[in-house]
Amino acid sequence: MHHIVTLGAETLHALPSGALYWPARSLLAVSDLHFGKSARLARRGGVLLPPYETRATLDRLDADIERTTPATVLCLGDSFDDLIAAESLEESDALWLVRLMAGREWIWIQGNHDPGPTSVGGTHRDLLRIGQLVFRHIAEPGENLEISGHYHPKASLAGRSRPCFLADTARIILPAYGAYTGGLRCEDPVLGTLMQPGALAILTGAKALVIPMPR
Amino acid sequence: MHALPATLQSWFTAKGWSLHPHQTDMLACADTPATLLIAPTGGGKTLAGFLPTLSELGENPPPGLHTLYISPLKALTADIRRNLRTPIEGAGLNIRVEDRTGDTTQTVRKRQRVDPPHILLTTPESLALLLSYEDSGKIFRSLQRVIIDELHALAESKRGDQLTLLLARLQTLAPNLRRIGLSATVEDPPALARFLSPHTQVLQADPGPDPDISMLSTPQPPPWSGGGGRYAIPEILREIKAHRTTLVFHNTRAQAELFFHHLWLSNEDSLPIGIHHGSLSREQRERVEAAMVAGTLRAVVCTGSLDLGIDWGDVDLVIQVGAPKNVKRLVQRIGRANHRYNAPSKALLVPANRFEVVECKAALDAVRAHTLDGDPRGPGPRDVLCQHILMTACAGPFSADVLYEEIVNAGPYHNILRREFDATLDFVATGGYALKAYDRWQRLKQTNGQWHLRDPRTAAIIRQNLGTIIDIETLKVRIKGRFGGQPLGEVEESFAASLTQGDTFLIGGEIVRYEGLREMTVEVTRQPGRDPKVAVFSGTKFATSTLLTDRILQIFQQDSWPDLPPHTAQWLALQRETSRLPTRKRLTLESFPHDGREHLCIYGFAGRNAQQTLGLLITKQMEDQGLAPLGFVATDYATLIWGLEPVTDPAPLFAPETLRRGLETWLNGNALMKRSFRAVAIIAGLIERSHQGRRKTGRQATFSSDILYDTLRKHDPDHLLLQITREEAMRGMIDFSRIEDLLGRIEGRIDLIRLPRVTPLAAPLLLEPGKVPIHGKGREKLADSAAAALMQAAGLT
Repeated sequence: MHHIVTLGAETLHALPSGALYWPARSLLAVSDLHFGKSARLARRGGVLLPPYETRATLDRLDADIERTTPATVLCLGDSFDDLIAAESLEESDALWLVRLMAGREWIWIQGNHDPGPTSVGGTHRDLLRIGQLVFRHIAEPGENLEISGHYHPKASLAGRSRPCFLADTARIILPAYGAYTGGLRCEDPVLGTLMQPGALAILTGAKALVIPMPR
Repeated sequence: MHALPATLQSWFTAKGWSLHPHQTDMLACADTPATLLIAPTGGGKTLAGFLPTLSELGENPPPGLHTLYISPLKALTADIRRNLRTPIEGAGLNIRVEDRTGDTTQTVRKRQRVDPPHILLTTPESLALLLSYEDSGKIFRSLQRVIIDELHALAESKRGDQLTLLLARLQTLAPNLRRIGLSATVEDPPALARFLSPHTQVLQADPGPDPDISMLSTPQPPPWSGGGGRYAIPEILREIKAHRTTLVFHNTRAQAELFFHHLWLSNEDSLPIGIHHGSLSREQRERVEAAMVAGTLRAVVCTGSLDLGIDWGDVDLVIQVGAPKNVKRLVQRIGRANHRYNAPSKALLVPANRFEVVECKAALDAVRAHTLDGDPRGPGPRDVLCQHILMTACAGPFSADVLYEEIVNAGPYHNILRREFDATLDFVATGGYALKAYDRWQRLKQTNGQWHLRDPRTAAIIRQNLGTIIDIETLKVRIKGRFGGQPLGEVEESFAASLTQGDTFLIGGEIVRYEGLREMTVEVTRQPGRDPKVAVFSGTKFATSTLLTDRILQIFQQDSWPDLPPHTAQWLALQRETSRLPTRKRLTLESFPHDGREHLCIYGFAGRNAQQTLGLLITKQMEDQGLAPLGFVATDYATLIWGLEPVTDPAPLFAPETLRRGLETWLNGNALMKRSFRAVAIIAGLIERSHQGRRKTGRQATFSSDILYDTLRKHDPDHLLLQITREEAMRGMIDFSRIEDLLGRIEGRIDLIRLPRVTPLAAPLLLEPGKVPIHGKGREKLADSAAAALMQAAGLT
C-alpha cells in the first residue's frame, strides 16, 4: 500500500518498495540502484560478496514496473556502482534490463558513482525538469520542488530500521533502491539541515508507513 | 627417562621441592609423539608440561625456537613467563622465554621473527598470524615441542579447531614436533586425546580430594529474576574477610561490573578487591594480575577470563555467582581454589534468582556424585578451514594436494572428504557461487599447479581478520541530550535492537528509559523509582546442561524440600498449590492473561537455546493461526510467549512433524540464523571484521550480513556458507537436538492449564531480559497505531 505525497501541485505515490510513482506523468522514479557493487568490491581485491545484488534489485524493479506500467522510468543517479560496472553487467542481467527498458522512455540521471554516460541504452542527463519539478541526484539546499536520492535515508519504527523517503513541502529524498546499500539515519545533521521542520519520513517495508521525520 | 639439568635438579632440592608422580611421568614419556595430561589445578600441571623441554634444552642450549607454548588466554602467557623465570633464573639456565600475543609491541614481534627465543608463549590467534608470514618455515624449522595449556577449554570452541589445523601446519614445518596437551578434568579423555593427535597417550594425575562446596545462605532471599547476586553482597563480603584470597566468578562481564560497583559501595573496611574481565584494558588486567601475584588483593571479581590457568597459590575460596549451567565448568572453576595440592578446594554457590537456587542445588548434588556433563564434538567446521586456506596462501603458494594431506592430520578434519575440501578451496578462490561472476577477480589463482593470492596486497587484510573469536558488539548508553562525560555503560547490540521506545531497563545500578539510538549510542532518560521492564541483557552463552535440567526436574518431584532454603521451598509449594510443577515425562503449559496480553508458558527444560528455538517455531505457528503473537522470552527452563489471543489447543502446535517442518522453512529466515551466518561469514573471510585497522561498527556489520544472507538464500541456497550456517545452528544456537529429546521424553503428553493470573513459576519470566519481538500481523497492527499516534501527536493528521 502506497502513501500519497504532494509536492507543489503534483500528487505522487511513495511505494513501499522505495520507488516513487507520478501517475499524472506515468513516471516511475528510483534512486541509488548501485548495480554491480559486488563486482566493484571484488575488482578492488576485497571480498567476494554474493554476486546477486543486481538481480535482487532488478527483481524488485520488475515488480514495480509491472504494477505501475510507467511510460517513463527515471533513475536518480548512482544506478551503477561505477562506470566499469555499467559495462560489465552479467549477460542475463543486461538482457533483463533491456527487457524492462523496452517500450518505455528510460532516463539515467548521473550520480557521484556514475558521473558519465554508459553504453546501456536510454537517455543520460545531469538533471531533469518536468513541469514544476526538478529531478537530480544530490539535493541542492534552497532548491524548491526537487526530487533527489544520494543520502540513502533510513529510520526506525517499533525497533526496526528501514530505508525511508523524506518529504517536506520543498523536496522529496528517495531511499536507496539497491540491494547492497547501507543507510544514513534520519537523525544525521546533514539530513536535519536539508529537511524543513515538519518533514515526514515514509518507511519502506510491507506497506509504506508515515511518521514525523525523526530528528 | 630424561634427566633434568643438574643445576635445575639441585635448585629444586635446595628449594625442598620434589616432583609429583605425574611430573615424573611426563619426563618418562618425553619422546612420545603426543601426550595428554589430565590433572587438577594446583598440581603443577604447567611445570609438568615444561619439564621435558627444560631437560632437552639443558644449561646452555643453542639458539633457535625449541618449544611453543599455546594458551587460550593472553593473561596466562604473562603468568607462565613469570612462573618459568623463577626456576630458570634460579638454576642459572641460559634459556630465553618470551611471550607473543595481541598485546606484544610491533618492534618486539619483528625482532622475534628474526631472533626467536627458546620458548615462545603465545595464543592460537597469534600463532595463526605468525604462520601467515612468508618466513614462517624459517622460524619453526628448529621447533621440537608444542605445549597446549587448557586444552579442554580450547576444544570447546572454533579456536580449538583452528589450533589443530595450525598444529598440522607446524608438523609439516618441523616433522619431529612432539605435542603435549594439558587439561582439567573432562568427561571423555579419549575424545580429547584424538582431538590433540591421532596417536596420543593419556596420563591421568591423581584427582585429589573432593571439594568442600555449598550454597551461600543469606537472610534475604534471592530476587525473582535476573542475575548479579547483589542481594548477597553483605554475606559475600563476610566470606572475603574470613578468607585469604577469594575469586568471585560471574557469568557475564556486565554482571561482574555491576556487582563490583555495588560491592565497593558496601566495602566499609576498604578490603583490597579488584576486577578482571576480557573487556578491560591490558594495563588494568596486568595491574590486577600483578597485585594477585604479590598477594595484595583479598578478592577479585571476575568472569571466564580467570576460569583458566593462572595458579595463584593463595586462592582459598571460589564464589560462583549465578547458575553454574554446566557441572564440568563448575568443577573446573572450583579447582581455582586449590591453594595446596591434595587439599580440598573450597567453593560457595550464590544463586542469583529463585530458579537458580534449584539449579545450584542440582549442581551440588551432581558434583558430589562425580557426574560430569558434556556433548560429543562435531566434525571440524569448514569456515575455520576457509580461514586456514587464506592464511596458508598468505605464507606463500601451495598445492591443493599437499594441503589436503596436511589438514586431514588435524583431529577434527580427519574425516573431511576431498570433494568437501575442494569446495572449500573453491569458495576461498572464487566465492563458490553458482553464478560464476568472479573469474577475472578471483581471490586465489592457480599458476603451474600452485595456488596463490591474486593480489598480494590482500594479505594485510587477511591477517587483520585472522582468528575465530567473534566479539559481541556493544553500544554505549548515554543520558539523552548530555554530550561528553562518562557513558552509563554498555549493552550488547542485540539487546539494544530488541528495545522499543519507552522500555525501561537497569544499567549501572539505575533504571533508565530507552529513548532511541543516535550515532551508535543508546540514548536514555532517567526513570527513578519504576520497576525496570527489562534487566540488562545477561548474555550467558551456555545453555544449562541436560544433566542439570534433569536433576532440577527430579527435585521438583520431591514431596517437600527440606534441603532447599525456605523461600524457595515455599515458592515451589505455592506453584504446586496454584498450578503444578513440571515433570520430565509430560510437557506442562500454562496459559493466563497478564497486563492486557495473553501469555503461554512452556516448561520444556530443554536449555536456553532450544527453548529459544521452540519460541520461534511455536510463535510462527501461532502467527499462521491468527493468534497474533507479539514476542517471547526464553530461559534454560521455559519459554514465555505473549500475544493478542490465547492458545486453547496446544497439541497441534507441538506435533513433532509440524515442528520439524516448521524448522525447515523457518531456519531460512530468522534472526538467529542471520547472527550465526554473520559469525561464519567473518571467520570464512566473506566479511571483514576490520579493514586497514578501521573496525566496522556492529550495526553496519549486522545490517550488511543480513542482506547478504537473504540474497544468498534466494539466489544460491546451496552455497557453502549457508551449509555451514545450517550445520552450526542445528548444533549450537538452534539446538534442535534438545527439542527432539524433549519430544521423545513427553511422547505427546501435554497438559495445558488455564489460569486466571500469572503463576509463581511463570512470574520471574516476565522480568527476564532478552525478549524477542515477533514481526508479524500483531506487530504490524501495533506499528500502524504507533505511526498514527506519532502523527496525531505532531498534529499532522
